Amino acid sequence: MSNFLRVAVLVVRKDLMVEARSLEVVSTTLFFALTVVLVFAFGLVREGRPVDDVAAAILWIATAFSGTLALGRTFERERQADTLRALMLAPADRPAIYAGKLVGMLLLMGLVELVLVPLIGLLFQAPIFDHPLHLAALLVAGTTGFAAVGTLFAAMLVRARSRDVMLPILLYPITVPVMIAGVRGTAALFQARPDEALAQFWIALLVFFDVVFVTLALWTFEPVMTE
Amino acid sequence: MSRLNQIELALAGAMLAVSPWIINAAPYESTMGLVQKIFYYHMPSAWLFLIAALVAGVSSAIFLFGRKPTADAWALAAAEMAVVFGIITLVTGPLWARKAWGIWWVWDARLTSSLILWMIFVAYLLLRRYGGPGSDKLGAGMALFGLANVPFIFVSVNVWRTLHPQTSVVPTLPVQMGGPLWFCVFAFLLLFLALLSMRARLQQQRVRIEQLYLAEDEA
Repeated sequence: MSNFLRVAVLVVRKDLMVEARSLEVVSTTLFFALTVVLVFAFGLVREGRPVDDVAAAILWIATAFSGTLALGRTFERERQADTLRALMLAPADRPAIYAGKLVGMLLLMGLVELVLVPLIGLLFQAPIFDHPLHLAALLVAGTTGFAAVGTLFAAMLVRARSRDVMLPILLYPITVPVMIAGVRGTAALFQARPDEALAQFWIALLVFFDVVFVTLALWTFEPVMTE
Repeated sequence: MSRLNQIELALAGAMLAVSPWIINAAPYESTMGLVQKIFYYHMPSAWLFLIAALVAGVSSAIFLFGRKPTADAWALAAAEMAVVFGIITLVTGPLWARKAWGIWWVWDARLTSSLILWMIFVAYLLLRRYGGPGSDKLGAGMALFGLANVPFIFVSVNVWRTLHPQTSVVPTLPVQMGGPLWFCVFAFLLLFLALLSMRARLQQQRVRIEQLYLAEDEA
């Protein structure tokens, strides 16, 4: 078990170091998320007032879109340098490599969300500080579910043709429950009279989704990545 | 085409050809009238859609974890069947809903989960078609995840009110309606079995031809 953790931590550290030196994925993903929010603002804000209940939807759509972009870029970098093959050749547990990749992805998406949430609060007058713990739990659980499926699919697609278009095509239908739960849960917190019980129900569903899909991904990563 | 497939196809064809008369002879449903009769095709295809999805998911798991190459051919064939029977379900459903509910589509749990499941298998076929080498394993992962996803989709969309009639009505149907229904289920099932095994065989033969070509190249 300690070996598993050690490998995962090493993979995370490697990814963070590469990212810290180039800042390529962080900067492009962040800016992309901002442009997504802006595009929605142009579409949905009328006469200075946003349409009711859109803040939650925009938050999650921006997260999903920028997450897809980050997944694609992260693994594209691995493909160009052929470093994923090197990782696979390393005498390490395959599931540990997956876990490391997933944690790296979560840190990246979390960073993007740290900017996204206040921005949405500002532009769409969403009460983001009313239930900070519920909101944080929703974001963590939802992002974990999205990234768990996304990391596996992006890793699988590294060797496939037309991988750029395949990633969203495969990822979005599978992550529909994450989107529904995230948007509904956040909307329950953002509405005029927040419904905490409903938000808790969605958090529970997301946690259950995470457990099932992280387990399934750890389990399938080995056979799927074997050539 | 094996002997069994020929028999299945002939029988299914004959039964489907006769089915309009049998459906016509069934009594009218008291509140919905004529429009209810689409249900004799809608429900069998919906069932086979789910069965096909199940077969695809299970075969994919066998392919991935049991390392049985032939299971992949069954998964691909079943995924194609899921898309075909799914589209029949998704077309006949709204036709009925327009008359019965007054709208083509509602975001009800059953409807939404069927749509998402259908999309998952369309994505699977796109991947198999355009994914290039190695897409068999990727597809298996996709089918497996798609199947595991069904309960989550169902629970998450079920929070909205469900309009769709419950399947528990089936055993309570009067015999004049139940008879034609089971007749149609059997006809669709025969068609499904014949198409599934023929498609799986075709895929296995394609894979074998490819292997022979590769062996020839290397020799």
